[in-house]
Amino acid sequence: MTVELVVLALLMMAVTYPSRAVPLLAPGMERLPARALDYLRFVGPASLAALAAVNSTVTGGVDEQRTLQVGVEALAVVVCIAVVAWRRNLFLGIAAAVVLVAAVRVVSPG
Amino acid sequence: MRRAAGERRRTRPRRGLVLDASGITLSAAGFGVVYGLAAREAGFSLVESLAMSVFVLAGAAQFAAVGLVAQNAPWPVIVGLTAALNARHVLYSAALAPWLATRGRLERAAMAHVLTDETFALVLAHFQRLGRTDILGYWLAAAFVCLPWIGATVVGFLGGRLIPDPDRLGLDVVFPAAMAGLAVALVTGRREFVAAVVGAAVAVPVAVAIDPSVGIVVAGVVAPLAAIAFRVPSAAAPEGSGVSTQADDAQVGTRG
Repeated sequence: MTVELVVLALLMMAVTYPSRAVPLLAPGMERLPARALDYLRFVGPASLAALAAVNSTVTGGVDEQRTLQVGVEALAVVVCIAVVAWRRNLFLGIAAAVVLVAAVRVVSPG
Repeated sequence: MRRAAGERRRTRPRRGLVLDASGITLSAAGFGVVYGLAAREAGFSLVESLAMSVFVLAGAAQFAAVGLVAQNAPWPVIVGLTAALNARHVLYSAALAPWLATRGRLERAAMAHVLTDETFALVLAHFQRLGRTDILGYWLAAAFVCLPWIGATVVGFLGGRLIPDPDRLGLDVVFPAAMAGLAVALVTGRREFVAAVVGAAVAVPVAVAIDPSVGIVVAGVVAPLAAIAFRVPSAAAPEGSGVSTQADDAQVGTRG
C-alpha cells in the first residue's frame, strides 16, 4: 500500500488550514467596529446564496469549459427556497428538490 | 420543573440543527462514496484517499486533486489550485469569528479544521436562530458533515462500484438546495436579502468567466458592501411610526 500521497494531502492541508484559521484566531475580532461586524453579518447570506447559485447553474469542472445551464437543478433550488420560506423546514425543502430532480431524470434520462 | 424547561430550550434548537443537517449528511455520504471510488481509480491507496478526507476535508479540492494526480500533474500545481479553491474559507472564518471570540485559542484552532461550506452554513443559521453561540451545536454540525464524508470515503474505496450514482438519485442537488435553504434562514431583513441576491448575481457570471471558487469569493466580498450601501426606503418607516428601519429584525429560521 502506497502512502506517498499522504504528503500531498498534508501540503494541501497546509495551504487550506490558514484560510480557515487565521480570522478565527486573530486577536480583537470581538472588538471590531460596528460597521465591520455589519459587513461580516452579510457574508453568510451572500456566500450561501453564491454557493447555491453557482452549484445549480454552472457546469464544468476545474479544468473544463464552464457554461451557464439553467435547468431542473436551478428550478429545484427555487422550489427548496419556496418550501423553506413557507414551511420553515429545510429537510422538506431538500426532499422536494431531490424528488423533483430525480423525477425529471427518470422521465428524460439524457 | 424549571430545569426541565431550560433543558427543553437548549435541546429544541439542536433538534432543528439535526434536522437541517440530515439532508446535508446524506449528500456528504453520497459524494464521499463517489470520491472514494474516484480516488481508487486514480491510483490512490486507501490510506492516501482517507488522508485527503481527514486532512484536507474539502470536496472540490479533493476531486480536483484526484483528477490532477491521475494526469500526473506536478504537486505545486495541485497545492496552488487547492489554495485558490479553498480561499473562500477566509470569509466563513471571519464571519464566525465574532461568535467564537470568547473561546480558547486551542479550541478555535481545532474548530477551524472542520470549517467547511456545510459546517459554516449549519452553524451560522443555528447561532442566528438561537441568538447566541452554541459550542456543542458547532461540533454537532461539524460531525454531521465531516464524519459521513470520511466514512463514505472508505465505503466508496472498498465498494463504490456496487452503489448507484448519486446524480441519478438527484443527490447532486442536495448541496445547492441546502445552501439556498440555509441562506433563507439567514435572511432576517432587507439588507440580508440584498446581500443574498447580489451574492448570487455576482457569483454566477464570475464563475462562468473565471472559476466557481473565484465567483464565490468575489460574491462574498462584494455583496456585503452592497448590503451595507443599501438604505431601507424611508417611506417604509416614517419617523415616529415605531417601525424599525433595520426592518426586518424578525428572526426567520428553519424549523425542524
